[in-house]
Amino acid sequence: MIKLGVVYVVAGVMFAGFAILSATDRNNPKRLGNAAFWGLVALSLLAGDRLGDLGNGVLVLGLAMIAGFGLLGRGQPDTTSPAERRELSERFGEKLFIPALTLPLVVIFGILVLKPLQIGGAPLLDPKQATLISLALGALIATAVAVILLRQPAISPLQEGRRLMDTVGWAALLPQMLAALGAVFALAGVGKVVGDLLTTYLPIDTRAAAVAVYCLGMAGFTMIMGNAFAAFPVLTAGVALPILIHRFGGDPAVVCAIGMLSGFCGTLMTPLAANFNLVPPALLELPDRYAVIKAQIPTAIPLLIANMVLMYALAFR
Amino acid sequence: MLILLGVAVVVVGFAAGFNPLLVVVAAALATGWAAGLAPLDVLAAFGKAFNENRFVSVTLLVLPMVGVVERAGLQERARTLMIRFKGVSVGPLLIGYMAFRQITSALGLTSIAGQTQSIRPIVAPMAEGAVETHTGALTDATRHRVRAFAAATDNIGYFFGEDVFVAIGSILLMVGFLASSGITIDPIHLSVWAIPSALAAFAIHSVRLLAFDRRLRREGQQ
Repeated sequence: MIKLGVVYVVAGVMFAGFAILSATDRNNPKRLGNAAFWGLVALSLLAGDRLGDLGNGVLVLGLAMIAGFGLLGRGQPDTTSPAERRELSERFGEKLFIPALTLPLVVIFGILVLKPLQIGGAPLLDPKQATLISLALGALIATAVAVILLRQPAISPLQEGRRLMDTVGWAALLPQMLAALGAVFALAGVGKVVGDLLTTYLPIDTRAAAVAVYCLGMAGFTMIMGNAFAAFPVLTAGVALPILIHRFGGDPAVVCAIGMLSGFCGTLMTPLAANFNLVPPALLELPDRYAVIKAQIPTAIPLLIANMVLMYALAFR
Repeated sequence: MLILLGVAVVVVGFAAGFNPLLVVVAAALATGWAAGLAPLDVLAAFGKAFNENRFVSVTLLVLPMVGVVERAGLQERARTLMIRFKGVSVGPLLIGYMAFRQITSALGLTSIAGQTQSIRPIVAPMAEGAVETHTGALTDATRHRVRAFAAATDNIGYFFGEDVFVAIGSILLMVGFLASSGITIDPIHLSVWAIPSALAAFAIHSVRLLAFDRRLRREGQQ
């Protein structure tokens, strides 16, 4: 059975490649910082399970120090100039879309064909991680297709990958860091304290007030925790189950489905959902770190109101 | 109450513009301290959780492919493609992408598109190209707004499509939570009741995209 461990090895080798190429990049005055940062990421992916908990903690501390003290620069691998790219885009035409379309096709193939496949009674892919394994497989195949079809140098995946990786910079590690922070919050019982505060001090005597408290609570709590999954059990146990479902007889499917989506409105508005809200501005080279959140807030607020109206109208039929 | 110190560290740290990685580590240490844990124990717990969440970073594996096709001119191609489709302006273009993203996510195909593999190499350049064909060269500020809208559209389509799929994590979380509270529910009911909100999200964001489109045209004419 192929497990996620294989994917970690592939990703680890990629980051090791980034680290080595960074170290030799004479155009980047901070090349050693970049080499150390991506090298630590490679170490985590290749040997994380053997470092021990404290070892991993020290590794994370190292990543935060390198990023926090501004030791991370931006590498300048040899790449094509804008004029060359215009010329190449004329030459290759629609062929250029093929690698980008290969990726989703392989992912779909992985989910629909490889996932159900059994070899000697055991599944070929670990069923829980089939999507991520398919994504990794798709990335490898699409890269090979790109290099061969577009006749690019064999080193270009690592050099171009490093160029994009340096564009995103430390922000790339933020989602994983925040997921780890969520675990520490859970360990310390932060969720319970916030949940108790909300349910103790807010009026939930009427149906409308309870709907509003639950939906706004899901959105607000999600903004604090960066994740609707962390908010759901706290708010549902505190407000939805005792009040909306048991006292007012609301349909649990409607209440929970719309409650979770109210949480997603909060996800659109918080920097703590870094992979959706902070990585894209880095990836798109936007000067304002919060540009994507600002573009989402005017959709998220009316949508949150719409969710409250929908829950009120649909849950108590 | 002291336990909320970590939350306060995050809010203040982000607002003050400190490096978020440092803010997160500081918040973890503060939370652990408030909960009465020894600093090394907090560091170990944080390291363990970091290691267990490595799967979050696996999506970075698509960067090499994106970089190679960019090197060969994909962004330029996506931009000039819009000159041929002159009739398609940025609003309908992004609405179309949102529909694609919502429908494929609702079918469980959440990872066939995304910020790294779709927005940066294809959708954002196409959106920029769509604006350029109507208003001429873009200022940096306008270019950045168009890109931010493209990224936002991907998130909205993804979030408000995925819950319509039965076997997605959030649905399974709800089923499990309700089961532990003594309520048995078929996951299909949860996904069906995600549809009204999905339609609302599509309608609200479409209106905003059309308004954005109109605003850009007005600015372009001046």
